[in-house]
Amino acid sequence: MLTNRRKDALVAAVLVAPFLAIYLLVFVWPTIQMFGISFTDAPLIGSGEWVGLDNYTRLDTDPRFRTAAWNTAYFVLLTVLPGTIVALLIALGVSRLKGRLQAAILALFFLPYILPVSVVYLIWDWVLNFQFGILMHVLDLLGLDRIPIMKTRDWFMPAVGVVTIWWTAGFSILLFLAGLRAIPPEIYEAAALDNAGRWTTFRRITWPLLWPVTSLVFTIQLIAQLKIFDQVYLFSQGGRPNDNMVLVYYVFQRAFQQDQGGRAAAVAVTLFVLVVVVSVLQFQLLRLAGGRK
Amino acid sequence: MTTIHLQRANFWGGVITVLTILLALLWAFPLYWGVISSLKPEDEVVRPYIELWPETLTFSHYTTAIYDTQIVTWYINSIAVAVGVTVITIATSMLCGYALSQLKFPGRKALWWLILASFMVPTQALIINHFVLTSQLGLINTWAGIMLPQLIHPVIIIVYKQFFDQVPKDFREAAVMDNAGEFRILFKVYLPMNWGVTTALSIVTFIWTWNAFLWPFLSVTKTEMMTVPVGITQVNDAFGVYYARQLAAAVLAGLPVAVAYLLFQRKVTEAITLSAGIKG
Repeated sequence: MLTNRRKDALVAAVLVAPFLAIYLLVFVWPTIQMFGISFTDAPLIGSGEWVGLDNYTRLDTDPRFRTAAWNTAYFVLLTVLPGTIVALLIALGVSRLKGRLQAAILALFFLPYILPVSVVYLIWDWVLNFQFGILMHVLDLLGLDRIPIMKTRDWFMPAVGVVTIWWTAGFSILLFLAGLRAIPPEIYEAAALDNAGRWTTFRRITWPLLWPVTSLVFTIQLIAQLKIFDQVYLFSQGGRPNDNMVLVYYVFQRAFQQDQGGRAAAVAVTLFVLVVVVSVLQFQLLRLAGGRK
Repeated sequence: MTTIHLQRANFWGGVITVLTILLALLWAFPLYWGVISSLKPEDEVVRPYIELWPETLTFSHYTTAIYDTQIVTWYINSIAVAVGVTVITIATSMLCGYALSQLKFPGRKALWWLILASFMVPTQALIINHFVLTSQLGLINTWAGIMLPQLIHPVIIIVYKQFFDQVPKDFREAAVMDNAGEFRILFKVYLPMNWGVTTALSIVTFIWTWNAFLWPFLSVTKTEMMTVPVGITQVNDAFGVYYARQLAAAVLAGLPVAVAYLLFQRKVTEAITLSAGIKG
């Protein structure tokens, strides 16, 4: 007869096994492999010769990698902080509404987030269409020159940034609303009794109490936007992918279009390390923020 | 004094409310515009002025999209993949979450850290080796291949563990007294008590999988194996662009997830806030 503890362990092993098997297969193994082939000149499929750190040292002088790194950073700058602020303002507005009206208005802001990226792309590609897009009609009405937005280098990233904020703000708004609901109404009542103005109330009560959510929204977006690919790829179709290069796109191009698995893996490892470092920093910051309370 | 103060507060409060509502309408306008354009004849779509409501309402682009493109095939692929991923992910996560929550076993701490650590892994960086793995298994251009790297959502395990942790210990003790095995306890006690969160997590997993782009795009090269979001952007007609038809395809692609959201609004928002680590 098995002791309780051994029985527990056996049952646990059975319960955990399916997850663990998939986890090892699609997370751990590919990660190890990625590091491995980044030191070789392997094509996408097949093995290659050991080249040491060559793939990494080449990145330093690779103009396209620089473009990709720069564009990714630029995109982060364009979306993360502005996206957080926009979502916070909208959440403050939505939180004033009550009942069904609030649910309806929230749904309008949230709906884009639920859609596939390709639907977002097709809708905005149509809105921004140089010949027939509604935005071009608006520019005409305002007496401004039409711009082929997604075909213009300077406009591409800001425009993709705007579309991305439009697409994803619903998620951040939702988190902010949850945070706002968690603030006890008594605190606001006390502030109202003290005749505190709207701005003072926000600065002294809402902002500090909402800070954990704000930092969460900020870091979730930061990590998500470092991994940007879909929108940039879709909007670059038939345009200038090499000017709009971002890190994941570069991994894709090297591996899948130029069949250079090793060189692509070096870029992938760079991205991997970058995201892990940011995540660890985020975790530490959140822990610090939690510890202060 | 206070009445004036209050009146002023009400006035500005009203202004903020009106602005919020107007912004919401503006926010949703591109969606409206996409849908309404898909209901116009092609020649009306390209008129040189803004036409907020179609002169002739037509569903012909939808019938064309359904009969003349492969969208029905893509639909079947998307549904198969999304259902498969949802069932497997929810099942494996629930089992693992239950073990982490209710059982003591060697390696429990290590497993917990492994799951937390996996939050940091950017799956986008793994595309090369996911492709290598999938092709080694001979799964390129198959449903299983599209599903494979999408089968892991560590956050679902964490949510399950939290919910199982909250089930009062009395239930468990009573079941153990009855000599019930762990599987019985899980399926007769813990799971029924957590149907709500299970449906919520299932709905969002379905939505996430339906919406996935990068991996389905990479792992499929044959048009008949594409999922809807990939197919509608990667397959163009050989004879020019049909804007309205393309938008009709976009509407069809977004419809299942939009309907899922509108029907289960509460569940979806609950699961999404939970998955971000906030108690809804």
